[in-house]
Amino acid sequence: MPGRVVIIGAGLAGLSCSLTLAREGVGSVLVSPQPSERAQSVMAEGGINAALDLMGQGDSPIEHFYDTMRGGCYLADPNAVWGLVSEAPAIVEDLRMLGVPFQTEGGRMVQRPFGGQRKIRTAFAKSSTGKALVTAMIDAVRRYEAQGLVTRMTHYVLSDLAIRDGACDGAWVSDTRGGDTVLLAGPVVLASGGLSGIYGPLTTGTTVNTGDVAAIAYSSGVELSNLEFVQFHPTTVPITGKRMLVSEAARGEGGRLFALRDGKPWYFMEERYPELGNLMPRDVVSREEATVMADPSCTGQVWLDMRGIGRRIWRDRLSDLREECRHYLGIDPAKKPIPVEPGIHYSMGGLLVDEAHRTSVDGLYAAGECCSQYHGANRLGGNSLLGALRGGRVAARDIMGHEGLLRDAARELSGATRLTGFSHASDDKVDPSMPLACDRAADAAIRQALTESMGVVRDGPSLEGAMRALEGIDAHGCSRRLARRKGLAQAMVASAFSREESRGAHWRTDFPKASEGYHALTVVRTEAGVPVTTLRAIPEARREDGCPDPHGGDVA
Amino acid sequence: MIEKLIDVLRCAGPGARQWHQTFLYTTDDDGATVATALRELNERSPLFDVDGVEAEPIRWECSCLQRKCGSCAMVVNGMPGAACDVRLSSLRGKRVTLEPLRKFPLVADLVVDRQVVYDRLRDMEVWLEREVELPKGRRNADAYEASRCLQCGCCLEVCPNFAASGDFGGMAAMVPVARLLAETDADERRRLAASYRSAVFSGCGKSLACRDVCPAKIDLAHLMSRSNAAAVWGR
Repeated sequence: MPGRVVIIGAGLAGLSCSLTLAREGVGSVLVSPQPSERAQSVMAEGGINAALDLMGQGDSPIEHFYDTMRGGCYLADPNAVWGLVSEAPAIVEDLRMLGVPFQTEGGRMVQRPFGGQRKIRTAFAKSSTGKALVTAMIDAVRRYEAQGLVTRMTHYVLSDLAIRDGACDGAWVSDTRGGDTVLLAGPVVLASGGLSGIYGPLTTGTTVNTGDVAAIAYSSGVELSNLEFVQFHPTTVPITGKRMLVSEAARGEGGRLFALRDGKPWYFMEERYPELGNLMPRDVVSREEATVMADPSCTGQVWLDMRGIGRRIWRDRLSDLREECRHYLGIDPAKKPIPVEPGIHYSMGGLLVDEAHRTSVDGLYAAGECCSQYHGANRLGGNSLLGALRGGRVAARDIMGHEGLLRDAARELSGATRLTGFSHASDDKVDPSMPLACDRAADAAIRQALTESMGVVRDGPSLEGAMRALEGIDAHGCSRRLARRKGLAQAMVASAFSREESRGAHWRTDFPKASEGYHALTVVRTEAGVPVTTLRAIPEARREDGCPDPHGGDVA
Repeated sequence: MIEKLIDVLRCAGPGARQWHQTFLYTTDDDGATVATALRELNERSPLFDVDGVEAEPIRWECSCLQRKCGSCAMVVNGMPGAACDVRLSSLRGKRVTLEPLRKFPLVADLVVDRQVVYDRLRDMEVWLEREVELPKGRRNADAYEASRCLQCGCCLEVCPNFAASGDFGGMAAMVPVARLLAETDADERRRLAASYRSAVFSGCGKSLACRDVCPAKIDLAHLMSRSNAAAVWGR
């Protein structure tokens, strides 16, 4: 098969795509600002979901499907979710065969409970699961690097997409160490991670996940969707320069949330949600925390109490988490509760993709957190690593199923002179985590507008104010990167403003209930520099292909 | 309040002269790290050094800021470490000297090119060619411990035997092989063991200088002892 696939991002989604292609003899180039070891995927802690039913609870992909659909407030494509949960056991099995040291006890692999699950289904490697997965995937891909099937372009970033006539023929990438900007021909898979970094340093993520790749795609006319759904993780702690995540595994293994009400501990999640208690989906827990923190009979603080976790669990399953709390917070969580609050963690929204992970532009795919797929209005813990790995696989399979994609793109770009219309600003050649002097004020204004309007709780006037503030940012004299970030921020706020209901991670005080009319995707695209939002129907479940009824698991 | 003179060994690019430039940094945050100082200095616009000279932003690399990725490895007051792991309050004296790792080609300021580490792993064929069974017990624990390696290069910085141009891969090669040795049997293990013996075992002078600098606090001595047993002594 001729040609090669251009993959932007070398975290789990990118590695998964590259490995899937290489196993079939198809080449790829992995473009990333830093090596895979520095990708945000290594920060995922608690685990990966798959209905392996190792805990004897009668788990199955159907149960996983129901939980994922319900957790996402039915805003995910049911056919895509059915594909995800059906393939999950094979994905975890593949990881196991690649040598991921999943937790074993008594000689057999075990799983742990996670939020929003009615069956225990999260496979894990202590509290560094993402790191263990990335390590194994790097080793697996290395084999194909040696064969020349995989080429790495480390310290390169996406500069532009080569889109003409509605089709993507390749990508311009720039050397952040001051070198060239080059054109890579071939189908392009964006696997660049989430958009949360546009909020600045107030997230649990890396400094490299700036949202710039999605911003480039948006400015190039690619459709994005569900940008209003930003996940606030309920157990984060502000540390110097960022937020530290306390893994959901802490609650999976017995951690309890409480507030002090009238001087006494109040385990509010357990009182309000007797079935799942502290392990309700993250949107619910974060919203309850915000409510409790604003309750005048409470002290304004929520705590995570892990004192009831036994010594063996600390030693065998949570040793990394304990060490992290000691190091960064100066608190031994086995002895003292940790003050926690909701913090920006994950983007459910992103590049609009179909079941095959195709974007609205031919030849352009997206996988992992940068795309909007699988998670609807709220992602369940343990589904992000799974979604990244599966997205990479699906995109690779679709590309390989369309041989013409590889062949045509290579031929189209064989004469690069046809693309001389592209210009490349010098800011493309700077590490995206390095602030550019000309951008600082505008970047700060973008962050402020988003932070003030798109928190756990939103309302119309705040969002309108943010839209005005963003419009008023003078990007004249700023870098191209900044102008694009501004466009993405406008698209996010416009999406949130247009959804006049409360659902999942999008909670509006002026529209406090879910509305059937908004049981749809928010799609946003730029027209003459202005974000235009529309609602698009969610595909019906294809029952003939075995996809269950999304509401089949609802409790009467 | 913490007040430090951040002394950065600067360099415009490969082959350019290195020189020291000092910045005053103060903070009330006891948790502030070297990474905090670098980020906040680079937020200043314009950035002035202690002599009032306007300075270019300081080139350095970072990503997770929680010692999970190894990106920000550099030499702080003569010791290699992750900038996000070194608290300013833990450093004696007012002056904090920041230098790039010296064992790798310099890119600019505090940025180095660690590609040699990845090239070595490729040359050593550090991968699996067959599917493995999930390791149990102590072997599972060893594989997990080894999978935590950040590939940051701190262990190589203090190693008297490692040179970027040499044959010895150092602990940055030992640890990834240790993961695979813990998981494999028979033919696959023989292949990896041979690689281990030539690129790790034969070059290590057992100085143990690496033992205390790993930001991930990987138990290098234990993994090496286990890998020696598997790859050299056939146990």
